[in-house]
Amino acid sequence: MSPVISLRGVGKTYKQGALEVEALHDVDVDIAEGEFVAIMGPSGSGKSTLMHVLGCLDVATTGTYTLAGMSVGAMDEEQLATIRNRRIGFVFQQFNLLASMPAWRNVELPLTYAGVGRAERKDRALAALERVGLADRAEHRPGQLSGGQQQRVAIARALVTEPALLLADEPTGNLDSASTADVLGLLAELHASGRTIVLITHEEDVAAAAERVLRILDGGIQHDSLAALS
Amino acid sequence: MNWRETIRTGWDAVRAHRLRSGLTMLGILIGIAAVMLTVGLGQGAQATITSQINSLGSNLLVVTPGSTTGSNGVRGGAGTASTLTTADATALADRTVAPDVAAVAPTVQRSASLTAGTANWTTTVIGTVPDYAVVRARTLAEGRFLTAQDVAEHAPVVVLGSTTATELFGARSPLGRSVAVSGTPMTVVGVLAPAGSSAVQNQDDQAILPLPTAADRVIGGTARTAVQAIYLTAVSTEALPAAYQEVTAELLALHRVTDPANADFTITSQQAILDTATTITGALTAVLAGIAGISLLVGGIGVMNIMLVSITERIREIGLRKALGATPRVIRRQFLVEAGVLGLAGGIAGVILGVVAGALLSTAIGQPIVVSPTATLGAIVVSVGIGLVFGVYPASRAARLAPIDALRSE
Repeated sequence: MSPVISLRGVGKTYKQGALEVEALHDVDVDIAEGEFVAIMGPSGSGKSTLMHVLGCLDVATTGTYTLAGMSVGAMDEEQLATIRNRRIGFVFQQFNLLASMPAWRNVELPLTYAGVGRAERKDRALAALERVGLADRAEHRPGQLSGGQQQRVAIARALVTEPALLLADEPTGNLDSASTADVLGLLAELHASGRTIVLITHEEDVAAAAERVLRILDGGIQHDSLAALS
Repeated sequence: MNWRETIRTGWDAVRAHRLRSGLTMLGILIGIAAVMLTVGLGQGAQATITSQINSLGSNLLVVTPGSTTGSNGVRGGAGTASTLTTADATALADRTVAPDVAAVAPTVQRSASLTAGTANWTTTVIGTVPDYAVVRARTLAEGRFLTAQDVAEHAPVVVLGSTTATELFGARSPLGRSVAVSGTPMTVVGVLAPAGSSAVQNQDDQAILPLPTAADRVIGGTARTAVQAIYLTAVSTEALPAAYQEVTAELLALHRVTDPANADFTITSQQAILDTATTITGALTAVLAGIAGISLLVGGIGVMNIMLVSITERIREIGLRKALGATPRVIRRQFLVEAGVLGLAGGIAGVILGVVAGALLSTAIGQPIVVSPTATLGAIVVSVGIGLVFGVYPASRAARLAPIDALRSE
């Protein structure tokens, strides 16, 4: 089976004034469909940069990145936006819900940019909310929901477009332990139903929820649990 | 994302920050209302002046005594010499001399005191001929106007303006009654229908006498054939320039003036008065509207200011929308529409305020304020345009934000 994600020799260099910072160098990773991968590393290790590259929020300076069969490297901003919209579902540490909108309208947001009609959008948004167990909170605004519930709304938003990849960046970083367990349980459930999930974290117990762990240090992959097994 | 979605998103964003949006709109609102009021006031004044000038009579030419050049070469000001006479008027009434002139009415006038019984009223006494009613487009409420016979016989008869008649006789009909004009008894033969007041004089407060009667009994003096103005009408509007030429040529010949630059009379056409008045009110309106327009500009800068603040404040939202698949074009359009919605809402509110304030103000100051549908539509279009123009810069700044920078910011 061809991998959903394939990184070959990926490097990323930032220019900070005259100074060049190499955040990633020569990264080779394949992630197959249905995998639940945790990317771990201390701050400054390059895991955020890797997440940005994987999420098509940023483009690698060297190497190739193939997502669901498409080469991302040559894309312009417009095409990247479309790729993010169709192929990737984001879950952020800060939830990033729009406070002025009820939950279901937050969830339908990616569909708006995909040009889906109004009635279908609402149906799909409500179905996604039901999937994360919040069907009865559809009309609640983010401020009326607990942190764990907000993150579940964000996961529903990430799922609503049926993306090839669910990319969660420290999704439990702002949650108490009960909500953390709740969210990790939901991710495990989604994994069980066949979703491809990439989880970025710096906490060992969160990474433990994944079946494969990639450890990043100084811009390169230090350890891949899958490679270690084989 | 289609336009309807974009406009809905824009409207939601405007509603999400009610106070701030309201204050921003206030800038546009005040500007639009101010422009509408000043333009409306200008147009109202113009309409009033035009109708007043038109009420003078149509196709009118007015000949007034002009300056004379003395033997010492000193030129007097306009009206310093009584160079026009009844003879001039008689000559101009000759169809062979001035074929394009339809009617000629020489006039003299002076303020005089009228007495009827115990009632006493000071008004403008005008001495003229029957054609006066034609050239000044006056009609009678009752009785008759002056006749050629009245003029020939120096008859002691008077036609009163409606206000004058009311002041002297109250509700009673003045017909056949006697009025003492500067002490000389005259018989009232007619009352004019009201014509309203012009910018020049109250046309309903006057007493009209046969020209020779007025010259003898009211004006007096030595030059009894002198007249203060000759009113003429051309046979048609098209004939007005021809009539102007004929009158000029004839009067120059009669007064033995060879150089038209030294003419001792002035001919004013109604159109010239109208043009002058229109120019003046137009210029005044433009100046006022310009000042009001500056407040509109300030309102527009307010929109830009608030949009920039809004973008800084909503940088995470922009980042999120980009992460979820909004292209730079969609973001730019969203913020442009938001600015446009601010402008539109401010414009509509401004138009409503303009119409309401216009109605109140026009009753308060007794001046008509014309708010035309074109101006209303124009004001709304302009306010949307201002929103869009001042939204371009903030919107493109939002569109250019890199998603990771936008998401990362705290």
